[in-house]
Amino acid sequence: MSEATGSALQHHFTSLDQQKNAATLGMWAFIVQEVLFFGGMFTVYTVYRSQYYSVFEACSHHLDWKLGALNTIVLICSSLTMALAVHAAALGKGKAAAVWLAATIALGAWFLGNKVVEYHQKWEDQLIPGLRWGAAADVGRELHLAGADVDRAQLYFSLYFGMTGLHALHMIIGIPILAWLARRAWAGHFSIEYSTPVELTGLYWHFVDIVWIFLFPLLYLIGHR
Amino acid sequence: MASSDSHHVVPVGAYIAVFLALVAFTGITVWAAGQDFGAYNTAVAVGIAVAKATMVVLIFMHVKWGTKLTQLYVVAGVVFLLILIAITMSDYISRPWPIMR
Repeated sequence: MSEATGSALQHHFTSLDQQKNAATLGMWAFIVQEVLFFGGMFTVYTVYRSQYYSVFEACSHHLDWKLGALNTIVLICSSLTMALAVHAAALGKGKAAAVWLAATIALGAWFLGNKVVEYHQKWEDQLIPGLRWGAAADVGRELHLAGADVDRAQLYFSLYFGMTGLHALHMIIGIPILAWLARRAWAGHFSIEYSTPVELTGLYWHFVDIVWIFLFPLLYLIGHR
Repeated sequence: MASSDSHHVVPVGAYIAVFLALVAFTGITVWAAGQDFGAYNTAVAVGIAVAKATMVVLIFMHVKWGTKLTQLYVVAGVVFLLILIAITMSDYISRPWPIMR
């Protein structure tokens, strides 16, 4: 066993294999609760969408689907660079892993930048429930809705900001972790025997990608027919 | 622990293939949203998203090569999500809602 192996193995595990399996399972336990955490919001979405079908379609039509599609591609690219970072780290190529992690950070920042543009547009259009919601006549004209449906549009935009905001928060938390890993990878902290932190953060990043894979069609594309 | 296979390194080609499939499926989901499938537009959109998510979970997240216990966790998470949505919706669609429409 190399020296790196000796220092990577915690005394309460019998082998690196067992240690890595335990860590991976723990990360999955966290991700599964994240699935149900976001799942609560998807359930609320499903309930209100089924009740106010046409209102949700009208509101969705107002979102910039091209920017949403661009962000989907950006996030898929960031998942690829993350996978390549995990790959490089597992082969003991620390410098390459650091570069791929930096690319992942850059793509994540691009995604968040696009999100800022979108949120700003909602601010301008006065479509932020509870904070900056326009007069009924203005919102109705903007969304092509009338009567009680104008108020119901607040449900859609509450869910839009709640779900995309929570998703963006996960990325804002993920980026500093990626930066910390990039620093460690560059310094040669990971090896063929031990690259578990990169692998587990990869799981987190891919999970965040999956959430967006569902958010994009359900929020941006339902008003297109 | 012969079954754990925790040192399996996935070939880069598999990552590239999944990446290209994800991009293609994003295009398909945008195209499908413009078609009129009647009541099934949402089902089509969710179906495509499930296919994309499955590829990410199996390849990017290495579950295909994971331990049986990890795979059980993933399946359990999906099952409980379906229980959450199915039981909630069975309640909402089986009784009138006073403020509905």
